[in-house]
Amino acid sequence: MSPLDAFRIALRAIFANRLRSALTSLGLIIGVSSVIVLIAVGQGTQRGVTDQIRGLGTDLIFIESSAEATTSQTGALAGLEQSTLVQGDAAAIAADGIPGVVAVAARVAVDAQAVAGANNVGAQIVSTSSGYAEVRDLAIRSGSFITPLHDEDGALVAVLGARVADTLYEGLDPIGQEVRLSFVGGRITLGFVVIGVLEEQGGASEANDQVFVPLSGTAGRLRFLYTPAGDLRVTQIDVQTASGADEQRVKEDVTELLLFLHETPEPDFVIQSQDDLISAATEVSNTLSILLGSIAGISLLVGGIGVMNIMLVSVTERTREIGIRRAVGATAGDIVKQFVTEALTLSLFGGIVGIAIGVGASFALDGRELGGQEMTTLIQPWSIAMAFLVAAGVGFASGSYPAYRATTVDPIAALRNE
Amino acid sequence: MIRLQDVTRVYSTGETAVHALAGVNLEIGGGEFVAIMGQSGSGKSTLMNIIGLLDRPSSGSYAFGGRDVSQLSEDARARLRGSAFGFVFQFYNLLPRMTALEQVELPLIYQGAADRKRRAAEALVRVGLQDRITHLPTELSGGEQQRVAIARSLVVNPLVLLADEPTGALDTATEHELMTLLSELVDQQGLTVVLVTHEPEVAAYARRTVRMRDGRIVEDSSAPLVAAAPDGPAQ
Repeated sequence: MSPLDAFRIALRAIFANRLRSALTSLGLIIGVSSVIVLIAVGQGTQRGVTDQIRGLGTDLIFIESSAEATTSQTGALAGLEQSTLVQGDAAAIAADGIPGVVAVAARVAVDAQAVAGANNVGAQIVSTSSGYAEVRDLAIRSGSFITPLHDEDGALVAVLGARVADTLYEGLDPIGQEVRLSFVGGRITLGFVVIGVLEEQGGASEANDQVFVPLSGTAGRLRFLYTPAGDLRVTQIDVQTASGADEQRVKEDVTELLLFLHETPEPDFVIQSQDDLISAATEVSNTLSILLGSIAGISLLVGGIGVMNIMLVSVTERTREIGIRRAVGATAGDIVKQFVTEALTLSLFGGIVGIAIGVGASFALDGRELGGQEMTTLIQPWSIAMAFLVAAGVGFASGSYPAYRATTVDPIAALRNE
Repeated sequence: MIRLQDVTRVYSTGETAVHALAGVNLEIGGGEFVAIMGQSGSGKSTLMNIIGLLDRPSSGSYAFGGRDVSQLSEDARARLRGSAFGFVFQFYNLLPRMTALEQVELPLIYQGAADRKRRAAEALVRVGLQDRITHLPTELSGGEQQRVAIARSLVVNPLVLLADEPTGALDTATEHELMTLLSELVDQQGLTVVLVTHEPEVAAYARRTVRMRDGRIVEDSSAPLVAAAPDGPAQ
């Protein structure tokens, strides 16, 4: 019997029981499509997180106070008050001549209410210096970022994140307008002149909801930023390294310097490079991918059992057909071929439809908001290949045993009974 | 063509052994039309299954066309069965949802033969069903279904046609038509037909009658010459 004949016989049997065949394939369709979708979601999440970390800038090392790092809100005042990092630390790192260090920018981030006319919005106020835009790769939509001149004269100027600007000025040009920033629940309010607006930042970048002001301007006016000893507290220090520099080495040197300055044997700060953050995030999302893939794998297995179940029922039901085929010259091998081909056809049909649905659903989910989070999906070619191979394997495995059972049918008994 | 020597077939059902065949010697030449008669349980169907390679003898030898076939492998038996034997049963054993043409094509599929449609159509013409080629079993009368079954067994150009109570489910007129068809196949095309029946009227169409009882052949004689008359036996 040629493979084409075997395939024709299989199609005939499958179409003879349309509903049953469709339901049997459905198990595999669900299994295969969920494997593809869940792996795409897992890998997409990983890509999203990695992109977000890369979007912070290039070749960066972040230093945060240990206390700061344990509070989730970087701008929370509670975190700031416990911060052991001071502006002097940033200046010392810049002045120490550690090889590989290109730029150092300290920032003080506190939450405040931004008010312009009748509009107001909650924003994180980042007090920093002119170097910050370069360190963090921030593009300007209009106006300019803080300039070295502002650093020096302590001007009260502000650069708005894209969403802050859009909310406060509703499409009007904010350059030259006044924005009032209200700190500590309204107890301190300062007026700033808007000098620039940032380009909308991609992904879930926090810069869209931030307002940037010169640290030299806010420092003298916000008493709560200072330690009792009179040092200006900062929430984070960014160190930019030369591209190709040994980041690990820079981290060690900076750590040594800060331990000396803080007069402590154990670090009271956390120092992480972008690569550290990326590998941590990758590890988490790989675990997520494996977990999602396993769940989908179980549904694929259940689908496979469904195919085997139906094939066994089919063999039992078709005893007479098998007897007739044997009587007109079918060998045991022909019968095996027939049932394996039937199971394979069902499974591959399920596999192909499952792949189509899985790929389609992955595309449909890409960029959708789900629970306030933007979904990113990344279809993995290997997940498609794997799902297809598993479907074929399931078909072969679940057809083999029923096919063997079919060869044990006694043709005489099958034919003599009506 | 067919030569059985001391053939036995023993079925063991639990503790008791049933001797369906207890030493059968039988020789059938090419072009013969033989009826095997006997009551239920006489072993006639077992004999037919052994002749048709659907079953194996427990002991004794079976030579087909001068070649010992009792020791052939299962696959070799299936191939020989498919090419040398045609089967017709009381129940037509057609597959549902297949047209007459497809039913008849079936043996050719397993032979890997070419030109299947033409050969199947020719076989249907041989049994007078040229007008029923695309009909499904449910659209055919009992006699027509049995003719499809005969066409299916003839399509491989078998040497021997084995018929097990082929008219058991048919009325008398249809039975006559069918037996006439078999006679013609023997006379005009040199086919060998072995017919199992317990009805003397059916057996009368054959040239030779073999009677069985308790797994043995008790009588083997030529049928009366009138049986060969074109009109068949008096009814």
